[in-house]
Amino acid sequence: MVKINGNELDVSGKTIAQYLSETNYSTARIAVERNGEIVPKSQYDAVVLEDSDTVEIVSFVGGG
Amino acid sequence: MVLGQEQAQRYARHFVLKEIGVSGQKKLLQSGVLVIGAGALGSAAIIYLAAAGVGTIGIADYDKVEISNLQRQVIHKTGRTGMKKTVSAELSVKELNPDINVRLHNEKITPDNITDIIAMYDFVIDCTDRFETKFLINDACVLAKKPYSHAGVVRFEGQAITYVPKKGPCLRCLLGSVPPPQETMTCSQAGVLGAVTGIVGSVQALEAVKYLIGAGDLLTGRVFTIDGLSMVSKVTAIPHSDPDCAVCGNAPSILSLNNNREEYEVKSCSF
Repeated sequence: MVKINGNELDVSGKTIAQYLSETNYSTARIAVERNGEIVPKSQYDAVVLEDSDTVEIVSFVGGG
Repeated sequence: MVLGQEQAQRYARHFVLKEIGVSGQKKLLQSGVLVIGAGALGSAAIIYLAAAGVGTIGIADYDKVEISNLQRQVIHKTGRTGMKKTVSAELSVKELNPDINVRLHNEKITPDNITDIIAMYDFVIDCTDRFETKFLINDACVLAKKPYSHAGVVRFEGQAITYVPKKGPCLRCLLGSVPPPQETMTCSQAGVLGAVTGIVGSVQALEAVKYLIGAGDLLTGRVFTIDGLSMVSKVTAIPHSDPDCAVCGNAPSILSLNNNREEYEVKSCSF
């Protein structure tokens, strides 16, 4: 199980890009952190989620 | 510096805070903060900085007050439509606290002028409404080693971070680059509630005050988010910068604003 924003999800084995494509996140407006480190956008295709990973996804908006 | 009798009364509630006290108040009065954008976030940020007695407040904006601004931009007033936002904001600041030295920057913030402008201040607050400008401010502050508060709001949502050099990620560490127009909604499609901008703009003023007096924990390495509809607010720890960040990483490719100016040109009104 992978903990994403506090929820335990059965998504281990998927890449971050695969997980994001199944959600409503706008990839250009999010920051993804895995186990305390920022995952650069260029790595979304390469990083595979593993059991006991902790992931935080934060969305940003641009208005003011 | 010696505080006058009226100042002693005005800031009495600060003096009893152990984090501020008389010495902290003097620090605030001797500090300068630049607010870029006298819109919705700026309304809250500027007015709370003025109330707190931040001695010099810079206000940068090139827009004029419109009636459609007033459901959220509460520093402006109905009778001031057509007036420059900087001038209107200064009137409100002076009405609240005549102690404050207000410096107006009635110009668009660009790669050519931003470095000289931010150099005049101790702390910068980004209250602009476009990602392109937010990245310009981020990169300028990173290159100048200037601490600043980033925030954004749309609809009922908002976020804020505080960048302090070498102490955590910058906006570019988190997002990489300006989101393309198709990833963002246009001004007319989106909308925003004033109370939400008030919360987030107040967070920015709070961060500036904390930075200036050296109190508490900043939103450095942490992202504050709020969803006003569900009333869920969170602080997510993202403590480490991206070592490959194009502006603050180990081998940055953005070495000057000039060599990246295309990214700062507004492609759309993004939310």
